[in-house]
Amino acid sequence: MSYFGFIWASLWRKKTRAAFTILSLLCAFLLFGLLQSIGAFFTAGADFVGASRLIVQSRVSFTDSLPVRLMPQIERVPGVAAVHHDQWFGGVLGENTQAFAFASNPRTLRVVYPEWVMPEEQWQAFANTRTGAIIGRIIADQYGWKVGDKLPLKSNIFPQKDGSMAWEFDIVGIFDGKDETWQRQTSQIFVNWDYFNEANQFGEGNAGVFVVKLVDVNQADEVAQAIDQLFLNSPDETKTQSEKDFNKGFFAQIGDIGLIVRLILLAVFFTIVILTGNTMAQAVRERIPEMAVLKTLGFSNGQVTALVVAEALLLCLIGGLLGMSLSTLAISGMAKAAPAFFGALAPDPTIWLQAIAAMLLLALVVGLPPALRVARLKIVDALAGR
Amino acid sequence: MSAMVEVRNVSKVYARGAQQVSVLDGLTLSIASGDFVALMGPSGSGKTTLLNLIGGLDQPTRGEVWVGGTRIDNLSSGALAKWRAAHVGFVFQFYNLMPVLSAIKNVELPLLLTKLGSAERLKRAQVALQLVGLTDRGNHKPKELSGGQEQRVAIARALVSDPQILVCDEPTGDLDRKTADEILTLLQTLNREFGKTIVMVTHDPKAAEYAKYTLHLDKGTLAEQAAA
Repeated sequence: MSYFGFIWASLWRKKTRAAFTILSLLCAFLLFGLLQSIGAFFTAGADFVGASRLIVQSRVSFTDSLPVRLMPQIERVPGVAAVHHDQWFGGVLGENTQAFAFASNPRTLRVVYPEWVMPEEQWQAFANTRTGAIIGRIIADQYGWKVGDKLPLKSNIFPQKDGSMAWEFDIVGIFDGKDETWQRQTSQIFVNWDYFNEANQFGEGNAGVFVVKLVDVNQADEVAQAIDQLFLNSPDETKTQSEKDFNKGFFAQIGDIGLIVRLILLAVFFTIVILTGNTMAQAVRERIPEMAVLKTLGFSNGQVTALVVAEALLLCLIGGLLGMSLSTLAISGMAKAAPAFFGALAPDPTIWLQAIAAMLLLALVVGLPPALRVARLKIVDALAGR
Repeated sequence: MSAMVEVRNVSKVYARGAQQVSVLDGLTLSIASGDFVALMGPSGSGKTTLLNLIGGLDQPTRGEVWVGGTRIDNLSSGALAKWRAAHVGFVFQFYNLMPVLSAIKNVELPLLLTKLGSAERLKRAQVALQLVGLTDRGNHKPKELSGGQEQRVAIARALVSDPQILVCDEPTGDLDRKTADEILTLLQTLNREFGKTIVMVTHDPKAAEYAKYTLHLDKGTLAEQAAA
């Protein structure tokens, strides 16, 4: 028998209680893994873009369009390297699967977003095919689409001039990301804005936002101010911000994801501390005479303290590691099941490290009080049942 | 014969709320190495307190306690724990085995405090179980054993680290006459054949007959000494 064997045997003294406590810990860490990953997913949506681009939107709301004719004026602002325009298409694939689809200027997309990687002939085809569309690798893999296929894309915002919400584009390219981070974002679809512009019922010459590539990222504030100043008091007042801030604002429509995650986890861990703490306290209280016997046999105060804390640690590690493993499986499953939306959702080693730190902290919080009680125990009193 | 236990002018006073209760009062006694001593006396006479002092489980209010040539009344808690692990074996009335461990693992438990490897620990635990005649019950949990068998396991646990002295608190108090006699015979064998010094608290005059002599305590002082 080893110390581990003794601690293991003690842990399973009351099998049902231990199993339920482990189950509770499993649920807590499953939630922790899922929510932290989802929180990180939304944050990453804002973080991965860096600071080299600005987004110019209507001052009223990004749902309001801006006229494309503003583009040359923006291009002339000092510090602007290139300008591109995108329109949120409100894309729907199949029956009701939302898609990240944009009606995009096919000539400027690659200039402003060099992170998208695609063969030259496919870029040329996108620029020269009126009904052309390019799709990200994740979407292509998910639906098994290849260059030359038809893209059956519906819009839940823009009808065609005949009133039909169903659009049909030709897939002329499949793009990848320049690195792993951008690869995870390849669940987007870009359709040729020229065709969209002519065929949609809501009028021509509009873009949702302009994307501005900066000459120098350190001039972002000055350039943003200059653009907004340019259209001040005009019918098309603008609001210019970094791409990161724009994305944060976009996700903030759903709510403050980080705050929601933190509040849920706080409630979960408060409950788990009470529950596991109570279990440990009860488990040790029942064993006071046994602890006294250990001390009688020559186990020091430090050793009995370590035994109790180790038991709490083992409990937390079993439940925690099982929960985190399940959350990792669930996250991988979500990413595979819905790559268009959760393609960028991936098990994060940082979250595992946070979880292990939480398990250690939890073990100390729930294990130390009963352990110290045992350390203070007077052998003769405990043996006499006092 | 040299003294295994020397208790010199020992007093023990407990605080019960605001009240001070004197349990031992200036007690002096000596127990030779290899003796088997029964401690008898009415309830509250200080038998168990004296046993606890000799076993290093408690410390006196005044006086000195020497066991095996070591003064133990002034040792720190940590030093006393180490001393107990190396020099004393304990046998309790209610066996006090770990219910989650098998018999062999209960016996092996004190050896976790030594530097012995796992194979050596297991071997010694098996020898100790063999000594008390329970080789075939090693894998049974305490609840699967009879009272007499549990007490044998407890004795094996007390013996496994080869202590100089065994302190036994009412070791047959929870057993029927026949089983009690078997346990007492085992203790007697350990005393006679292995030279273990045994100090045993008992209320049972028949149990005391197995000892070489009996010390009677009354109101915290030594009343008389009787040879068995």
